[in-house]
Amino acid sequence: MRVNLAVNVGGIIMKNPVTTASGTFGYGPEYGRIIDLNRLGAIVVKGTTLSARQGNPTPRIAETPSGMLNAIGLQNPGVDKFISEALPFLRNYQLPVIVNISGDTVEDYHKLAGILDRAQGVGGIEVNISCPNVKKGGLQFGSDPDSAGEVIRAVRRATSLPVIAKLSPNVTSIAAVAEKVAEAGADALSMINTLLGMAIDIKSRRPVLGNIMGGLSGPAVRPVAVRAVWQVYRAVKLPIIGMGGITCAEDALEFIMAGATAVAVGTANFVNPRATIDIIDGLEKFMLENNIKDINEIIGIAQ
Amino acid sequence: MIYCHKFRILKNEETIPGHRLMIVDAPGISAAAVPGQFLHLRCSDSTDPLLRRPVSIHRVERDKGLAHMLYRVAGRGTALLAGKMPGEYLDVMGPLGKGFTLPLPGERVAVVGGGIGAAPLFFLVEELIRECPPNNMVSFFLGAASASQLPPASVLHSPGLEVHTATDDGSAGYHGTVTALLESRIDSGPAGFDRIYACGPAPMLRSLVRMAGSLGIPGQVSLEERMGCGVGACLSCACKIKDRSADGFLYKHACTDGPVFDMREVYYES
Repeated sequence: MRVNLAVNVGGIIMKNPVTTASGTFGYGPEYGRIIDLNRLGAIVVKGTTLSARQGNPTPRIAETPSGMLNAIGLQNPGVDKFISEALPFLRNYQLPVIVNISGDTVEDYHKLAGILDRAQGVGGIEVNISCPNVKKGGLQFGSDPDSAGEVIRAVRRATSLPVIAKLSPNVTSIAAVAEKVAEAGADALSMINTLLGMAIDIKSRRPVLGNIMGGLSGPAVRPVAVRAVWQVYRAVKLPIIGMGGITCAEDALEFIMAGATAVAVGTANFVNPRATIDIIDGLEKFMLENNIKDINEIIGIAQ
Repeated sequence: MIYCHKFRILKNEETIPGHRLMIVDAPGISAAAVPGQFLHLRCSDSTDPLLRRPVSIHRVERDKGLAHMLYRVAGRGTALLAGKMPGEYLDVMGPLGKGFTLPLPGERVAVVGGGIGAAPLFFLVEELIRECPPNNMVSFFLGAASASQLPPASVLHSPGLEVHTATDDGSAGYHGTVTALLESRIDSGPAGFDRIYACGPAPMLRSLVRMAGSLGIPGQVSLEERMGCGVGACLSCACKIKDRSADGFLYKHACTDGPVFDMREVYYES
């Protein structure tokens, strides 16, 4: 039996439902030395801003039970350097390249989307309205449904590429934000970004992270993420890229059954660089064993 | 080539109090590795602790295909490593990072290690002895808190090699820091050095970089920073490197730009 793993995420055709979570996979070459990138359904690259960002002071990560806190601070070379230096490498591969963008203002998001719309080899734009680790930009937009909608509307005006809104779990109602970004013209949603957290070093009596607070990721957040996908699937009709602590095919299946069309692997890449490939293989094996011909059959089946 | 799979542990025993020597059967890694590179180890199959632990390559035995790691048992991850028995398999990624570059022919070289920072320098010293012409003099300066904490340098033997030790409590060798020992050797006559290689705690490297800078001696240091992925994807292990920008520095990453950096490039706040 041949099984179909291909999915369509708001116009982005993926040969299988597995992609990478922004900020955990660099721009491709980092893991391209270990795995065959062509096997991925898509790649979501490190968050990009209009101009270069230094990022936060160290320590930038802290290990927590079955998870980690990070406060990298969107260190990146800026969109122009991304296009001239990182994008050419990715054009050698047959997979959609999804660029994650962040801005300080609505205008920044609009400009970024316009620049990427004109770049060759971009398959979609993931709009980060949920980064907890920078003073301006990110979460300030994502925590209020109306501002989230405003950002997505500005991006929508600037590009015909598929637009994915990346949602934060650090809100009262994630479904309310999802509804607003859907109205504003998003083609898909991705969730969840990290959960705001912190850790204290009891020896130094100081916060562990240089940025004091950071985003929690890893298996510890998975139940929160599955819940968010479940709620949003009921609220809006957009395809969802589910993420949050996925380490294996069984974890990915939880998200798919909750309502995710695709899944992104994040922190697990650091632990197992072959996590994405293991998950793709594991999904296929599960489908064969359970007589599922098409992965699309089980999207939201737990609902 | 980055290897990433399970390798058999041949040995894992305490060699100095609180430190262990682990030897893994890893022919590919031992053949490919250069001094200063590290291995990224998964301490357990569980998700807690979650992240890998970077451990420097202490030595290699290429003829036998072995890689040695000397590590300090410092927390939960390394305590799990300490519990591994010979015959068990360990998930190893590597070799990773940029290593040391070898000196020019004829240069007099000082290799300076503080505490567990000495671990990767054994590999460097062995490589210097093997690869450099006989007129390259190599002096290995080893510093530790006390005599019992000094890694035994007797494994290194070569006519061209001098080993000097320093301890904070004076229980062996020079009484004081290893940087002060190096400085005293330089002050005490013609025993100058053309190049310095160092690894150790951040305060030691800072004073060493300052001293080498004032004496105009070039060299390289291996830096340490809390690490995530080990391959340049997560950007956690940021190190400040001098730059002409307004900040005076930019962040490079220990896992891929380093861990070995040129001494003159390392940025310290004044």
